[in-house]
Amino acid sequence: MQKIGVFVCWCGSNIAATVDVAAVAEAVKGEPGVVFATDYQYMCSEGGQSLIKETIKEQGLTGVVICSCSPRMHEATFRKTVEAAGINPYMLEIANIREQCSWIHKNKEEGTEKAIILAKAAVAKLNLNTPLIAGESRVVKRALVIGGGIAGIQTALDIAEAGYEVDIVEKQPTIGGKMTQIDKTFPTLDCAACILTPKMVDAAQSEKINIYSYSEVEKVSGFVGNFSVTIKKKPRYVNSDLCTGCGACMEKCPSKKTPNEFNMGLDNRTAIYIPFAQAIPKVPVIDTAACLHFKTGKCGICQKTCSANAIDFDQKEELITKEYGAIVVATGFNPLKPTKFDEYQYNQCADVVTSLEFERLMNAAGPTKGVLLRPSDQSHPKKIVFVQCVGSRGQSCRDHSYCSKICCMYTAKHAMLVRDKYPDTDVTVFYIDVRTPGKNFDEFYRRAVEEYGVHYIKGMVGKVEQVDGSLKVQASDLLSNDQMVLDADMVVLATAVEPDPTAKSLATMLTASIDTNNFFTEAHPKLRPVESPTAGVYLSGVCQGPKDIPETVAQGSACAAKVIGLLAKDKLLSNPCVAHSDELLCNGCSTCANVCAYGAIDYVDKEVNDHGKREVRHIAVVNEAVCQGCGACTVTCPSGAMDLKGFANRQIMAEVDAICK
Amino acid sequence: MQVNETNTVNTEEKEFTPLIVAFCCNWCSYAGADLAGSSRLSYPANVKIIRVPCSCRVNPLFILRAFQRGADGVILCGCHPGDCHYSTGNYYARRRMTLLFSMLDYLGIEKGRTRVEWVSAAEGAKFSATMNDFAATIHKLGPNRKLRDLRCEK
Ligand SMILES: Cc1cc2nc3c(=O)[nH]c(=O)nc-3n(C[C@H](O)[C@H](O)[C@H](O)COP(=O)(O)OP(=O)(O)OC[C@H]3O[C@@H](n4cnc5c(N)ncnc54)[C@H](O)[C@@H]3O)c2cc1C
Ligand code: SF4
Ligand code: SF4
Ligand code: FES
Repeated sequence: MQKIGVFVCWCGSNIAATVDVAAVAEAVKGEPGVVFATDYQYMCSEGGQSLIKETIKEQGLTGVVICSCSPRMHEATFRKTVEAAGINPYMLEIANIREQCSWIHKNKEEGTEKAIILAKAAVAKLNLNTPLIAGESRVVKRALVIGGGIAGIQTALDIAEAGYEVDIVEKQPTIGGKMTQIDKTFPTLDCAACILTPKMVDAAQSEKINIYSYSEVEKVSGFVGNFSVTIKKKPRYVNSDLCTGCGACMEKCPSKKTPNEFNMGLDNRTAIYIPFAQAIPKVPVIDTAACLHFKTGKCGICQKTCSANAIDFDQKEELITKEYGAIVVATGFNPLKPTKFDEYQYNQCADVVTSLEFERLMNAAGPTKGVLLRPSDQSHPKKIVFVQCVGSRGQSCRDHSYCSKICCMYTAKHAMLVRDKYPDTDVTVFYIDVRTPGKNFDEFYRRAVEEYGVHYIKGMVGKVEQVDGSLKVQASDLLSNDQMVLDADMVVLATAVEPDPTAKSLATMLTASIDTNNFFTEAHPKLRPVESPTAGVYLSGVCQGPKDIPETVAQGSACAAKVIGLLAKDKLLSNPCVAHSDELLCNGCSTCANVCAYGAIDYVDKEVNDHGKREVRHIAVVNEAVCQGCGACTVTCPSGAMDLKGFANRQIMAEVDAICK
Repeated sequence: MQVNETNTVNTEEKEFTPLIVAFCCNWCSYAGADLAGSSRLSYPANVKIIRVPCSCRVNPLFILRAFQRGADGVILCGCHPGDCHYSTGNYYARRRMTLLFSMLDYLGIEKGRTRVEWVSAAEGAKFSATMNDFAATIHKLGPNRKLRDLRCEK
């Protein structure tokens, strides 16, 4: 039998004015288990807390009920108080007689009557409480960053700076992400490579950072502080330890006709290739679909050429399993491929390009060495039309409903750069709205219009047609309501930002959530923007939603701060109000695991002792470090095996009974 | 809302004040109730709140028990769809309650006696309005006689 003490708080006059506190204390005295009841002016004050502690000792209490303000206010305070007096912090219940009673009822009789019932319900529940002990788990002091774009690099650098080990897993042959393909960056127009490559080098040279390029995450298990991750290293067919990155193999490779991904297919590359000169690691990869050796068994020229003997046609895929305390998702984005937008003739006309293709056409290291030439005939375009919001802010099934956020700015940048380099070029931009909320952004856009003479037309492009080697653009001007047909030599489509296609499978692996557009969801949209709802999984960069570079970097660093905060801990205390399955009742049906959003339930074959009968049964086991204590599983369990500590079926039933008396 | 009707002498026919049990999830609705309290937005005293971690913790048996013990109405409040602290808990709650409420209706517990509402931590006013409205509905329906445990009757 419990020995319960009940303490009724006046909260000054907040409670005492509408609840007869002495009557409440008196009324609970006859309740089962109650050995002591009193009222006091301010329970949360120093004096109130001492009263609780002294009474616990004097009366040998096993549990305490406090009738006061909401538990959301002082539950943590009172848990510490009772713990200090030697009883388990979970042997405490709070009856909320302020927010739920004294503050909303004016009639004292009614208020007192309700307060008594709430107090009795708390006593009834406490009678069934059991001491709970928060579990402890260790923290592996290493982080994994998935995706090596600017977001992932920034996060990794900051974590490394704090002294922790970080591994970056990048699926491409090099780190750097989309920023490597960008020419100059708004709003300052500094060159992307000049600001990115030093960071890539820092990452490669850091003693704390280990880069798994051309690799993917294969499997994730475990939980916050204790993840176990299997990484698949795809074979490059080049031994990274031996390769010096000289590039002789690439020069000699006879298979030269594969569209070059780095230049968005605007030129070709060899079968053995390094994506670009500053790639990290600077070790080539053999594309087996293009390599003559893999296709015909002959050739092998690269192997003969390589003085370092680095070519290894027999290299195999490698699986590495490592432990991590935290996982950062930084998988970024891809621009939408406008293949479903027939009206723009992207598939048919070489001179209709996407913005990222345009970046390559303007880039000194691009397919045209930075000279803007039309892909169709290598002539210099005199009239360029930019179309914004391709695939963004739309209603149809081929569109995304969201705003891609960066296109207004990079289109202004493109328009400005063209006018700067080729002042004789006529540039028109079709837009729905120009959105420039960012530091120095509106000034940047206005410069494009006012100083660079870019024509901005609020309107939609209905159709692009190819007529005699040139393009005709049909559009409507929404402000003047005019229909117009423009001649153009080149059309540039600002296509929507889409999450990387791996987002969905990765989210499943990590039990992290994604929204309807496949962007990763943050734990709280305002207050926890860099954490995923799954403890220990963090979000960095565009994988969480469209962002420009400054925002990506800021988020990357914020994410690192959260990861460092976790890695700095030696142990994690978990919430002890977790689910627990009764091994004698569980039949291993796996219904519970299906509803658990956290993957906290596993099944094991365990020997149980069913009233003297020993047998091995397949039963559910809750991982207490992963369980968040929602209780979904407890209700779904058809055999009544699953229950929740702290909010057990019996406890809630007891409250129902006390209220419905 | 209290409706004042003339009190008769016979205590048996005393004015009916419904007993209402409100299950509130800790993260949104319980906090919404706290906000109703700190904003001094009243609702009938016969609404009694039971705190649960999430709306998905509410076992249909708790609701059956409440009716059996003499509750006249039971309301379950949780976070708005998409906002559940545990991401999907309220979707489970919604589906379970849909089934339970139609079964209860079949047993004679009118649909009006059971309700699911989404109340966020910022919606103190909605919490109080919901409770007032629910209490008024139950008042119109009168006492629940159908599921009472007859052994408890005196
Ligand atoms: C045309 C264009 C012009 C732009 N111009 C500007 C500009 O001028 N100024 C500006 O501020 N911003 C600009 N941006 C935006 C800028 O590109 C992004 O803000 C930035 O690249 C986001 O970085 P990130 O690391 O989040 O994503 P990403 O750059 O996409 O990097 C993600 C990385 O993760 C890797 N990855 C993905 N999935 C996996 C997986 N499952 N496993 C392992 N690795 C994976 C990818 O290969 C990639 O390397 C522009 C964007 C475009 C499209
Ligand atoms: S209480 Fe919730 S988090 Fe814990 S095991 Fe059950 S369903 Fe999963
Ligand atoms: S639902 Fe219940 S019986 Fe089925 S596996 Fe889970 S705990 Fe065991
Ligand atoms: S936490 Fe409020 S409904 Fe799940």
